[in-house]
Amino acid sequence: MSQSHDHGKEVAHGASHDNGAPADHAHHDMHLGLYWGIGGVLVAFTAITVWLSYVDFDKMFAGHGWNIIIGMIVATFKVCLVGAIFMHLKGEKPLVWKFLYFTLFFVAGLFFLTLLHYVDPIFGTTHAHH
Amino acid sequence: MQIPHEVTARPDTGLYNAKLGIWLFLASEVMLFGGLFSAYIFLRMGAEDGYWPHGLLNVPVGAANTVVLILSSVTVVLAWASLKMRKFSQYKLWMGISILCGALFLIVKLAYEWPQKFEHFGAFIKKDAIAKYEPYLGNAHLKEKKLAPRVEISGHLHEVEIDATAADKEKLDVFLKEHDLTSAPDAHDAKLQLVKGHHLTPGVVEHLEKVPGVKLIAFEVALDPVNADPTNPESDKPHFWYKGATEKIGKIQRQDVESWSAFAPKHSPYFAVYFTITGLHGLHVLAGVLIMLYFWLPIEGGANMFKRNPEHLANRVEVVGLFWHFVDLVWIFVFPIFYLL
Repeated sequence: MSQSHDHGKEVAHGASHDNGAPADHAHHDMHLGLYWGIGGVLVAFTAITVWLSYVDFDKMFAGHGWNIIIGMIVATFKVCLVGAIFMHLKGEKPLVWKFLYFTLFFVAGLFFLTLLHYVDPIFGTTHAHH
Repeated sequence: MQIPHEVTARPDTGLYNAKLGIWLFLASEVMLFGGLFSAYIFLRMGAEDGYWPHGLLNVPVGAANTVVLILSSVTVVLAWASLKMRKFSQYKLWMGISILCGALFLIVKLAYEWPQKFEHFGAFIKKDAIAKYEPYLGNAHLKEKKLAPRVEISGHLHEVEIDATAADKEKLDVFLKEHDLTSAPDAHDAKLQLVKGHHLTPGVVEHLEKVPGVKLIAFEVALDPVNADPTNPESDKPHFWYKGATEKIGKIQRQDVESWSAFAPKHSPYFAVYFTITGLHGLHVLAGVLIMLYFWLPIEGGANMFKRNPEHLANRVEVVGLFWHFVDLVWIFVFPIFYLL
């Protein structure tokens, strides 16, 4: 099966089988290294996430919830890399970005509604649940 | 009938049909998982001190699964790039690796992580009985260190003590035989019986309790390290390496227990939201694996499309790739919030 397709590959190099954008070897070859590089960065930041979770930031900054905040910052950085490079959001069409802006707005609203259980902006009160 | 813009982009949007569709779908997926993550925040912020567990999951296994998903994200984008370069054998290789990575992720989850949880036992102690179990909880030590108290004793069930004087003996014998369990009179109290066996899991004990007339009196548990040596500073914080139950046995009276179960969804809000999110994520992994397999197999609409219309196949792979990266992206948040923080 593979041989017949390899034959197809040779044919497909010409324009006759290509109904869409032409194949661009140099362009995609250039990105192969970038994809591996980003994969490596993501693995490295996974290790960093694990390491940071064992550092007591609450003690360091004399506060509460710092490990969660720092963990989420690292996760958001990783997600941005996946989105920008693997999902090609860097240089993506404006319509896709418009979808994303709306989605982020509504998901932020969802989280805000959750927080209303604890902070009431109308009466300016906070609720202790335990 | 030829559908327009299956392969080429619409001039006004700059997108081909499937790409427009997948991004709208991913927008709805963000809201779906956003709802579940907001449930996580809600439950976690509402949990009393000590009632949001830490260190119950196997961090190295979770981290390894994260690396597997990242690797698959790289290979799926390489599979797409191979098609753009019209290198079919490379496409088959990278797509094949992506499928294997997805399958490996699911195997680790379903054949190792989840079953291990379903056999583990945890009992939340009633507030008025917590002092009685201080040797297993070490709360004076934790208070001194200004750490959250412990309210749960966990480990592997070793034995359960039952009062079977009013039990339907025939049904009890059948139950014990069916589950490969043995029972023997308690040396200290002839009215009570000790039930033990290799298959004594929390799920089995729940069924044992439902045998007519059987009354559960106590659990004997091979304690987890944190309960076996609760004042050891090593137990103050979760560790990277997961340590299973020790050989030290602890006895917990049923009447002192608020709730008990396996590490299953009903155990706590933590495991309820853990199984909901990782379960839904697992379904997405399964869907991604099946779709990638469809595009990998030599079938019409799959890899055979390469001969007829390679750019169309490249577009299909780009779309499943976008879905796959989203699955990876969700896991990037799931891993720290459940395994680490």
